[in-house]
Amino acid sequence: MGYLEKFLGNTRKTLLYRGIREMNKKVRILIAKPGLDGHDRGAKYIARALKDAGYEVIYTGIRQTPEAIVKTAIQEDVDFIGLSLLSGAHNELFPRVTELLKKHGAEDIIVFGGGIIPEEDIPFLKSKGIKAIFTPGTPIRDVIDFIESQKEAKNNE
Amino acid sequence: MNELVEGIISGNTRAISKAISLVENDGPDKIELLKEIHRYVGESVIIGITGPPGAGKSSLINVLIKEYRKQGKKVGILAIDPTSPFTGGALLGDRLRMQDHSTDENVFIRSLATRGHLGGISLATSDAVKILDAAGFEIILLETVGVGQAEIEIVEASDIVLLVLVPGYGDEIQVLKAGIIEIGDIYVINKADQMDATKLKTTIEYYLELSPDKNANHRKVVLTSSLTGSGVDSLIHEINSTYNFFRKKGILNERRKTRIRKEILRILNSRILESINQTFNGRNFDSSINKILNKKIDPYTIADSIFEEMKKRSQT
Repeated sequence: MGYLEKFLGNTRKTLLYRGIREMNKKVRILIAKPGLDGHDRGAKYIARALKDAGYEVIYTGIRQTPEAIVKTAIQEDVDFIGLSLLSGAHNELFPRVTELLKKHGAEDIIVFGGGIIPEEDIPFLKSKGIKAIFTPGTPIRDVIDFIESQKEAKNNE
Repeated sequence: MNELVEGIISGNTRAISKAISLVENDGPDKIELLKEIHRYVGESVIIGITGPPGAGKSSLINVLIKEYRKQGKKVGILAIDPTSPFTGGALLGDRLRMQDHSTDENVFIRSLATRGHLGGISLATSDAVKILDAAGFEIILLETVGVGQAEIEIVEASDIVLLVLVPGYGDEIQVLKAGIIEIGDIYVINKADQMDATKLKTTIEYYLELSPDKNANHRKVVLTSSLTGSGVDSLIHEINSTYNFFRKKGILNERRKTRIRKEILRILNSRILESINQTFNGRNFDSSINKILNKKIDPYTIADSIFEEMKKRSQT
């Protein structure tokens, strides 16, 4: 235990202390909306909720191409990409993202998805490297648990 | 390490982005990396962009990127947004406004969270600038968090500062105050399509005339609209002429020297803090704290005696 930690003792919950501790590696997550639908309420909700869970969330807004998403993810050095789509084009656009990540040697970035996605499409998407799909009604806790477990698995590699 | 340095120098996106993470997370190889790239640093023009939240800094950057890309220049952008003091999380939304350039190979955008640092930028900003500089970005645009009246660290981090203002933030008295209002090299009145933009321009020009700074009359006020793109040409023109003026007058060199001086002090500060940490590892000064609480002694006397003890120890 460091001097600073000892010295601060009971005040360890203060913001000052938290600020110092939080200098360590942060989990960074890109929330992106591929495709042409403009329904961004879900994406904004998840971005906000993940921010409140203590992650650094990069939000890029609606109508992103898979190329733009992957380029952004690499520049931002994110650990996760969360894709939100409600138009029905998920079977084309989600796998395109994982494909491009592979092409750029960035397949270590974990991809998950959400939106209006029929049950029967989920096995296909998983086979294309989408690690999890969260459909409407998913409690935010499930998403955080997923991120934490993936993070742990990555750290243990 | 060599691989990472080579990657940065050759402009490899993944290398640049991993290197920025390394300095942001204060990783073990950070210092070695910064030493290695030092000889490649110092070629970029660093433009700081600051102003209140919602003034249109990100949108203005979007149009600036477009202009610089027309000139064939490589542009690097660091956009800083605040970290929550309650959760440590952050929502980084600046690049949302810069999506016109999201697939351009010669544009690199990185969002940084303040991670508890006050002053408008993050602690890692200056080191991240060095990485972009070494990677060959001719123009580096630094966007601060939305600032209030006193977050002025951007001055030390950049060669030239654009203060972006919009009409409607108060009366003339706000312009007369100290702090942020004094730091602009160029004052950009954005959202010029709105009412009162010209009035704000006149007020700032009047204040600049009164300024005791002999270079103040070279500080320009430019009206822009990121929405229509109007005024962006003249903004670029003012940036160029101000930069050239700074170079000719030796101001640029002075600023860079100040930056280095402050950097040395900052490194020394952190070294001293580390050594305090090592010297007093495990001690929590309980008895001294109780004495201070009971008014037997004051904190200055205690700190002085601890400091004396430290000096003695470092001599042995």
